[in-house]
Amino acid sequence: MSDLPLASRIFLKAYPWRRIEPLPWAPLRRPLRDAKIALVSSAGLVPPDQEPFDNDLRGGDWSYREVPDSTEVSALVDAHRSLTYDHDGVRSDPNLGFPLDRLHDLGLRTNHRHFSFMGSITAPGRLAKRSAPEAAEKLVADGVEAVLLVPI
Amino acid sequence: MCNQAVSLIAAEIEKRGIATTCIVLLREIAEEVRPPRALFVPFPLGYPLGKPHDPEGQRRVIEAALALLERPGPGPLLEDYRA
Repeated sequence: MSDLPLASRIFLKAYPWRRIEPLPWAPLRRPLRDAKIALVSSAGLVPPDQEPFDNDLRGGDWSYREVPDSTEVSALVDAHRSLTYDHDGVRSDPNLGFPLDRLHDLGLRTNHRHFSFMGSITAPGRLAKRSAPEAAEKLVADGVEAVLLVPI
Repeated sequence: MCNQAVSLIAAEIEKRGIATTCIVLLREIAEEVRPPRALFVPFPLGYPLGKPHDPEGQRRVIEAALALLERPGPGPLLEDYRA
């Protein structure tokens, strides 16, 4: 955090962060190599045939996109509104924010779909109450046993 | 913001019985928000897996984050990535 510009540091210090309480804990029920895994990213990457995130929405667009397991990661489009990070890396290599090819490289059992959010959400109420529970229910319905989450 | 977003999503998933592991880029925020399992990576914002076009380096980060899934609780687990 000490590497960030002053305005960002002040904002991060003053922002009323949510605290996850009580802390949920779900043990992994079988070895990772046998478990069905899904990827959830908040890097704001969108398949080219889907709507981009709405970056004019106050408090941040809390919706998500479903990304099929067969998606060509290099074709994902950066629709993240944040100006606090350098977008060059993820635009040149979307695996940096949505590392689906890396999960495949590792030979893991991946779910048929994954979820992409746009994490610049200053008002997280609807994310926590609506879209995150909805995506979580879909993961339960798919029989997913482990999830990797990646911010940007 | 992104670090808080993934943590809140992780909590909703974990509540429903699925094990989660988060990569985080801001340690202070992970300490504040407390996702169940998190790997703090010492990379700049925008580079959660390190260098672009470096599949091997990216895989190492992911393996370190996934390793937290096989660790016993109770949480929160917050570990530092060492390249």
